[in-house]
Amino acid sequence: MTNKEEFPLKKVCIICAKGTIEDVFATLVMANGAVMEGIETRVFFTFFGLDAITKKQMNRLHTGTIGNPAMRMPGGLPFPSILGMLPGVEAGVSAMMKSQMEKLDIPGVKEFLEMIDAGGGEIYACKLAMDMFKLKKEDLWEGIKGVLTVGDFYALCGGLQTQIIFT
Amino acid sequence: MSQKAIAGVTVDVTEEGYLTDPSQWTKEIAVEIAKEEGLELTEQHFAILNYLREKQKKSETLTIRLVGHSGIVDIKGFYGLFPGAPMKKAAKVAGIPKPASCV
Repeated sequence: MTNKEEFPLKKVCIICAKGTIEDVFATLVMANGAVMEGIETRVFFTFFGLDAITKKQMNRLHTGTIGNPAMRMPGGLPFPSILGMLPGVEAGVSAMMKSQMEKLDIPGVKEFLEMIDAGGGEIYACKLAMDMFKLKKEDLWEGIKGVLTVGDFYALCGGLQTQIIFT
Repeated sequence: MSQKAIAGVTVDVTEEGYLTDPSQWTKEIAVEIAKEEGLELTEQHFAILNYLREKQKKSETLTIRLVGHSGIVDIKGFYGLFPGAPMKKAAKVAGIPKPASCV
Protein backbone atom coordinates (compact mmCIF):
# COMPACT_ATOMS: atom_id res chain seq x y z
CA MET A 1 0.00 0.00 0.00
CA THR A 2 1.36 3.37 -0.95
CA ASN A 3 0.86 6.31 1.34
CA LYS A 4 -1.62 8.71 -0.27
CA GLU A 5 -1.44 11.37 2.41
CA GLU A 6 -0.86 14.80 0.94
CA PHE A 7 1.16 17.60 2.44
CA PRO A 8 -0.11 20.91 1.08
CA LEU A 9 2.39 23.62 0.29
CA LYS A 10 2.86 26.06 3.16
CA LYS A 11 5.57 28.34 1.84
CA VAL A 12 7.10 29.18 -1.53
CA CYS A 13 10.33 31.06 -2.11
CA ILE A 14 10.63 32.30 -5.66
CA ILE A 15 13.85 33.52 -7.25
CA CYS A 16 13.81 35.73 -10.33
CA ALA A 17 17.15 36.38 -12.06
CA LYS A 18 15.99 37.73 -15.41
CA GLY A 19 14.42 41.01 -16.42
CA THR A 20 12.31 40.19 -19.45
CA ILE A 21 8.53 40.64 -19.38
CA GLU A 22 7.93 36.89 -19.45
CA ASP A 23 10.39 36.04 -16.68
CA VAL A 24 9.22 38.81 -14.38
CA PHE A 25 5.52 38.15 -14.94
CA ALA A 26 5.95 34.40 -14.49
CA THR A 27 7.43 35.27 -11.10
CA LEU A 28 4.72 37.78 -10.22
CA VAL A 29 1.83 35.54 -11.28
CA MET A 30 3.23 32.60 -9.32
CA ALA A 31 3.94 34.74 -6.27
CA ASN A 32 0.56 36.44 -6.29
CA GLY A 33 -1.16 33.12 -6.98
CA ALA A 34 0.49 31.65 -3.90
CA VAL A 35 -0.53 34.64 -1.77
CA MET A 36 -4.11 34.25 -3.01
CA GLU A 37 -4.11 30.63 -1.82
CA GLY A 38 -2.92 31.61 1.61
CA ILE A 39 0.57 30.22 1.02
CA GLU A 40 3.39 32.16 2.68
CA THR A 41 5.34 33.80 -0.14
CA ARG A 42 8.84 35.23 -0.45
CA VAL A 43 10.37 36.55 -3.65
CA PHE A 44 14.06 37.22 -4.23
CA PHE A 45 15.05 39.38 -7.19
CA THR A 46 18.64 39.07 -8.35
CA PHE A 47 20.82 39.92 -11.38
CA PHE A 48 18.72 41.30 -14.23
CA GLY A 49 15.59 40.40 -12.28
CA LEU A 50 16.37 43.49 -10.20
CA ASP A 51 14.90 45.58 -13.02
CA ALA A 52 11.47 44.43 -11.82
CA ILE A 53 11.95 46.25 -8.51
CA THR A 54 14.09 49.16 -9.73
CA LYS A 55 11.90 52.27 -9.85
CA LYS A 56 13.38 53.52 -13.11
CA GLN A 57 12.99 50.22 -14.95
CA MET A 58 10.03 48.37 -13.43
CA ASN A 59 7.38 49.68 -15.77
CA ARG A 60 9.46 49.55 -18.93
CA LEU A 61 10.43 45.90 -19.18
CA HIS A 62 10.84 44.35 -22.60
CA THR A 63 10.59 40.93 -24.08
CA GLY A 64 13.60 39.80 -26.11
CA THR A 65 12.96 39.46 -29.84
CA ILE A 66 16.19 37.63 -30.70
CA GLY A 67 16.87 33.98 -30.08
CA ASN A 68 13.33 33.07 -29.07
CA PRO A 69 12.06 30.28 -31.35
CA ALA A 70 8.58 30.45 -29.79
CA MET A 71 8.14 34.04 -30.99
CA ARG A 72 5.44 34.34 -33.67
CA MET A 73 3.93 37.04 -35.83
CA PRO A 74 0.40 38.08 -34.79
CA GLY A 75 -1.07 35.70 -37.42
CA GLY A 76 0.97 32.75 -36.14
CA LEU A 77 3.67 32.86 -38.84
CA PRO A 78 7.26 32.36 -37.68
CA PHE A 79 9.07 35.47 -36.53
CA PRO A 80 12.48 35.68 -38.27
CA SER A 81 15.21 36.46 -35.74
CA ILE A 82 16.72 39.02 -38.09
CA LEU A 83 13.54 41.14 -37.75
CA GLY A 84 14.11 41.31 -34.02
CA MET A 85 17.33 43.19 -34.64
CA LEU A 86 15.60 46.13 -36.29
CA PRO A 87 15.24 49.27 -34.18
CA GLY A 88 11.83 49.58 -32.56
CA VAL A 89 10.79 45.97 -33.07
CA GLU A 90 11.55 44.93 -29.50
CA ALA A 91 9.62 47.93 -28.17
CA GLY A 92 6.68 47.16 -30.45
CA VAL A 93 6.54 43.50 -29.48
CA SER A 94 6.80 44.46 -25.80
CA ALA A 95 3.96 46.98 -26.10
CA MET A 96 1.83 44.29 -27.73
CA MET A 97 2.56 41.82 -24.92
CA LYS A 98 1.61 44.44 -22.35
CA SER A 99 -1.67 45.31 -24.07
CA GLN A 100 -2.61 41.61 -24.26
CA MET A 101 -1.94 41.25 -20.55
CA GLU A 102 -3.95 44.35 -19.72
CA LYS A 103 -6.92 42.78 -21.53
CA LEU A 104 -6.72 39.82 -19.16
CA ASP A 105 -6.74 42.18 -16.17
CA ILE A 106 -3.09 41.46 -15.40
CA PRO A 107 -1.72 44.52 -13.61
CA GLY A 108 1.55 46.30 -14.38
CA VAL A 109 4.70 45.42 -12.42
CA LYS A 110 4.29 48.05 -9.71
CA GLU A 111 0.62 47.33 -9.07
CA PHE A 112 1.35 43.59 -9.10
CA LEU A 113 4.05 44.01 -6.46
CA GLU A 114 1.65 46.10 -4.38
CA MET A 115 -0.97 43.34 -4.63
CA ILE A 116 1.53 40.74 -3.43
CA ASP A 117 2.59 43.05 -0.60
CA ALA A 118 -1.03 43.76 0.37
CA GLY A 119 -1.65 40.04 0.73
CA GLY A 120 1.36 39.60 2.99
CA GLY A 121 3.90 38.37 0.42
CA GLU A 122 7.46 39.58 0.95
CA ILE A 123 9.79 40.98 -1.72
CA TYR A 124 13.57 40.98 -1.32
CA ALA A 125 16.53 42.26 -3.35
CA CYS A 126 19.89 40.55 -3.77
CA LYS A 127 22.79 42.43 -2.20
CA LEU A 128 25.48 41.04 -4.48
CA ALA A 129 23.60 41.91 -7.66
CA MET A 130 22.87 45.39 -6.33
CA ASP A 131 26.58 45.95 -5.70
CA MET A 132 27.30 44.68 -9.19
CA PHE A 133 24.82 47.02 -10.84
CA LYS A 134 25.72 49.90 -8.50
CA LEU A 135 22.17 50.14 -7.21
CA LYS A 136 21.25 51.68 -3.87
CA LYS A 137 18.22 50.91 -1.76
CA GLU A 138 16.76 54.30 -2.76
CA ASP A 139 16.74 53.13 -6.39
CA LEU A 140 14.39 50.30 -5.51
CA TRP A 141 10.63 50.14 -5.12
CA GLU A 142 9.69 51.28 -1.58
CA GLY A 143 7.83 48.07 -0.73
CA ILE A 144 10.83 45.76 -0.58
CA LYS A 145 11.28 44.05 2.76
CA GLY A 146 15.05 44.04 2.63
CA VAL A 147 18.33 43.64 0.83
CA LEU A 148 19.69 40.17 1.53
CA THR A 149 22.69 37.97 0.98
CA VAL A 150 21.99 34.55 -0.42
CA GLY A 151 22.52 33.10 3.04
CA ASP A 152 19.93 35.45 4.52
CA PHE A 153 17.45 34.36 1.88
CA TYR A 154 18.04 30.66 2.53
CA ALA A 155 17.49 31.35 6.20
CA LEU A 156 14.00 32.62 5.27
CA CYS A 157 13.27 29.47 3.24
CA GLY A 158 13.25 27.00 6.10
CA GLY A 159 10.38 24.87 7.30
CA LEU A 160 8.47 21.79 6.24
CA GLN A 161 6.30 21.92 3.12
CA THR A 162 8.39 24.72 1.65
CA GLN A 163 9.56 24.90 -1.95
CA ILE A 164 12.13 27.06 -3.69
CA ILE A 165 11.24 27.94 -7.26
CA PHE A 166 13.72 29.43 -9.71
CA THR A 167 11.82 31.01 -12.56
CA MET B 1 -22.32 17.19 -7.14
CA SER B 2 -23.95 16.55 -3.82
CA GLN B 3 -26.55 18.09 -1.58
CA LYS B 4 -26.08 19.68 1.76
CA ALA B 5 -28.40 21.13 4.36
CA ILE B 6 -27.27 24.63 5.27
CA ALA B 7 -29.30 26.88 7.56
CA GLY B 8 -32.27 24.54 7.25
CA VAL B 9 -32.28 24.58 3.45
CA THR B 10 -31.02 21.82 1.16
CA VAL B 11 -28.72 23.21 -1.53
CA ASP B 12 -26.58 21.72 -4.29
CA VAL B 13 -22.87 21.96 -3.63
CA THR B 14 -19.64 20.79 -5.23
CA GLU B 15 -17.26 18.44 -3.48
CA GLU B 16 -15.38 21.46 -2.14
CA GLY B 17 -18.56 23.04 -0.80
CA TYR B 18 -19.27 25.72 -3.41
CA LEU B 19 -22.94 26.26 -4.25
CA THR B 20 -23.64 25.21 -7.83
CA ASP B 21 -26.74 27.37 -8.16
CA PRO B 22 -26.20 30.97 -6.93
CA SER B 23 -29.99 31.52 -6.82
CA GLN B 24 -30.26 29.06 -3.91
CA TRP B 25 -28.15 31.45 -1.80
CA THR B 26 -29.56 33.39 1.13
CA LYS B 27 -28.00 35.57 3.79
CA GLU B 28 -28.59 32.81 6.35
CA ILE B 29 -26.66 30.37 4.17
CA ALA B 30 -23.82 32.87 3.91
CA VAL B 31 -23.64 33.22 7.69
CA GLU B 32 -23.58 29.44 8.07
CA ILE B 33 -20.83 28.83 5.46
CA ALA B 34 -18.84 31.72 6.91
CA LYS B 35 -19.02 30.09 10.33
CA GLU B 36 -17.52 26.90 8.86
CA GLU B 37 -14.71 29.05 7.47
CA GLY B 38 -14.22 30.68 10.86
CA LEU B 39 -15.64 34.03 9.81
CA GLU B 40 -18.15 36.32 11.48
CA LEU B 41 -19.85 38.36 8.73
CA THR B 42 -20.14 42.13 8.96
CA GLU B 43 -21.88 44.69 6.75
CA GLN B 44 -18.63 45.08 4.85
CA HIS B 45 -18.41 41.33 4.19
CA PHE B 46 -21.93 41.43 2.76
CA ALA B 47 -21.10 44.41 0.58
CA ILE B 48 -18.29 42.36 -0.97
CA LEU B 49 -20.44 39.24 -1.27
CA ASN B 50 -23.15 41.17 -3.12
CA TYR B 51 -20.55 42.84 -5.31
CA LEU B 52 -19.06 39.47 -6.28
CA ARG B 53 -22.49 37.94 -6.92
CA GLU B 54 -23.37 40.84 -9.17
CA LYS B 55 -20.11 40.56 -11.14
CA GLN B 56 -20.48 36.80 -11.39
CA LYS B 57 -23.99 37.23 -12.81
CA LYS B 58 -22.50 39.40 -15.54
CA SER B 59 -19.93 36.64 -16.20
CA GLU B 60 -17.04 38.94 -15.35
CA THR B 61 -13.75 37.33 -14.34
CA LEU B 62 -13.44 37.59 -10.59
CA THR B 63 -10.00 38.71 -9.51
CA ILE B 64 -8.47 40.20 -6.40
CA ARG B 65 -7.74 43.29 -8.47
CA LEU B 66 -11.43 43.64 -9.30
CA VAL B 67 -12.32 43.66 -5.61
CA GLY B 68 -9.53 46.19 -5.05
CA HIS B 69 -11.26 48.49 -7.54
CA SER B 70 -14.73 47.88 -6.11
CA GLY B 71 -14.66 50.94 -3.88
CA ILE B 72 -15.67 48.75 -0.93
CA VAL B 73 -12.22 47.75 0.31
CA ASP B 74 -8.66 47.86 -0.94
CA ILE B 75 -6.76 44.63 -1.50
CA LYS B 76 -5.24 44.67 1.97
CA GLY B 77 -8.68 45.12 3.45
CA PHE B 78 -9.99 42.21 1.40
CA TYR B 79 -7.25 39.93 2.80
CA GLY B 80 -8.17 41.23 6.23
CA LEU B 81 -11.85 40.39 5.87
CA PHE B 82 -11.30 36.93 4.35
CA PRO B 83 -7.90 35.88 5.74
CA GLY B 84 -5.87 33.22 3.98
CA ALA B 85 -7.41 32.65 0.59
CA PRO B 86 -9.78 35.64 0.18
CA MET B 87 -11.05 35.02 -3.34
CA LYS B 88 -11.93 31.40 -2.74
CA LYS B 89 -13.41 32.01 0.70
CA ALA B 90 -15.47 34.97 -0.46
CA ALA B 91 -16.80 33.02 -3.46
CA LYS B 92 -17.76 30.11 -1.25
CA VAL B 93 -19.60 32.34 1.21
CA ALA B 94 -21.20 34.30 -1.67
CA GLY B 95 -22.67 31.09 -3.06
CA ILE B 96 -20.98 31.41 -6.44
CA PRO B 97 -18.64 28.97 -8.24
CA LYS B 98 -14.97 28.74 -7.34
CA PRO B 99 -13.16 31.49 -9.27
CA ALA B 100 -11.09 30.13 -12.15
CA SER B 101 -8.70 33.06 -12.47
CA CYS B 102 -4.92 33.05 -12.02
CA VAL B 103 -4.78 36.69 -10.98
